[in-house]
Amino acid sequence: MSKLCEPHEFPGRLIVVEGIDGSGKSTQAQLLQQWLSSKGVRVFFTEWNSSLLVKNTTKQAKKKNQLTPTTFSLLHATDFADRLFYRVIPPLKAGMIVIADRYSYTAFARDTARGVDPQWVRDLYSFAIKPDIAFYFRVPVDISLERITSARMKLKFYEAGMDTGLSNDPLECFKLFQGEVIRQYDMMTKEFDLHVMDATERIVVQQRQMRATVERIIGDYLDRKNGGSRQRGAAQAASGEARNR
Amino acid sequence: MTLESPQSGKRFLGRGLAYVNPDNLHGQLIVIEGSDGVGRTTQLGMLRKWLEVQGAGVVETGWTRSALMAQTIDFAKEGHKMNLHTFNLLYATDFADRLEHEVIPALRAGFIVLADRYVYTAFARAFVRGAEPDWIKNLYGFALEPDLVLYLNVDVEALIDRILVSYELDYWEAGLDQNPGLDPYDSFVRYQKKLLREFGKLAKDYGFHTINAKRDIRSIQLDLRRHIAGYLGWELTDEVLIPNEMSSPAAAAPSM
Repeated sequence: MSKLCEPHEFPGRLIVVEGIDGSGKSTQAQLLQQWLSSKGVRVFFTEWNSSLLVKNTTKQAKKKNQLTPTTFSLLHATDFADRLFYRVIPPLKAGMIVIADRYSYTAFARDTARGVDPQWVRDLYSFAIKPDIAFYFRVPVDISLERITSARMKLKFYEAGMDTGLSNDPLECFKLFQGEVIRQYDMMTKEFDLHVMDATERIVVQQRQMRATVERIIGDYLDRKNGGSRQRGAAQAASGEARNR
Repeated sequence: MTLESPQSGKRFLGRGLAYVNPDNLHGQLIVIEGSDGVGRTTQLGMLRKWLEVQGAGVVETGWTRSALMAQTIDFAKEGHKMNLHTFNLLYATDFADRLEHEVIPALRAGFIVLADRYVYTAFARAFVRGAEPDWIKNLYGFALEPDLVLYLNVDVEALIDRILVSYELDYWEAGLDQNPGLDPYDSFVRYQKKLLREFGKLAKDYGFHTINAKRDIRSIQLDLRRHIAGYLGWELTDEVLIPNEMSSPAAAAPSM
């Protein structure tokens, strides 16, 4: 039985943002972090593909374009496992909110688009814990492309899916490959209960929507955090009074 | 004698590689399994030479030697930076790299691939460490099913002597991650016993040919050759089994 389908029992909360590059998910995740921190909640932020264990291998292998769809998938799963056990679960145990910029759904969408078996990659990540909220930032491929190219002018090999050989033209290949990734995400929204965000909306509108969803789903947790600090404050005041008397 | 494939095409152990057609892989995948110190490397070298004398093209492949991952695994082992999942995933990545860049192309070209260990080593190590069997088996579901698995089996006492003589006890080989605080020797014995037990179960589940590796090198080699020649449909004559280098009169086993 996959842990991805059962609620976790940690005192903290896990919030995930998903979507293709250029969907604006990282911007939204940062804004959410600001808001939560301002409410006095401790937030831990973690990004896809950032563990030291495999970072160099991934970087080098990508440079040489020597990854197959399966090794690509396995390297990212290794990175994920490393981060999950050292950087996601400990803060959750400590009762913090963890915001993950991309999660296992990135693998399900991208690796399947590259041609690995969809069930295989789901089973591969069956040790992952289920997020309390997962946002999916849905954006048409043309807009994503526009945002990426205007920001850094050059498409990366794997991001464009050049390894798939869909097209020799990077722009064309990006459209075909990311189009397939979007199709995979779309098929997953029901399966994993992803909250679909219209990523073409204005930033502030999206952020307000996101905050409302967070309030709705983990409101208890946020109240407890706020209430907890209020109560502690009240208790301290009370004991101070007692001493004064 | 024929070098034709006894059975055309291959199967995957699990869900497979969707982008690889296993029907085009006409070579043979022959796996030698067995613990460290059991003499796999020596036997493999002799097998390779023998097969080449017979005219078969041979490619050897090992465990954790891929260009992609060798350094990362060393790095991770050194600092004990692995947990159960990353341990298994790193080895699976390494294996996938070799499978796709070495084994599959060689099989496609009709070579005999001699594999020094295979996924069963990963299974045994993972099971000893308490991994969930279904997860591990799915993880390696992209692996090809070998044509033949020859398992060099010894008891733990024989193994201990051999390893202590020729290797230094290494942290992972001694299973010290499993037995923190235990004396390295005691930990090693306990770990190797568990490994052998897992191999015994795997031998049944996956139909290994178990070969008694407590005997001398030559008897073991002849056994291996008999299994391989039998599988390939070669005649089991002295001429085939013992060309040149082993052909002293005493070498012929009575049954031939």
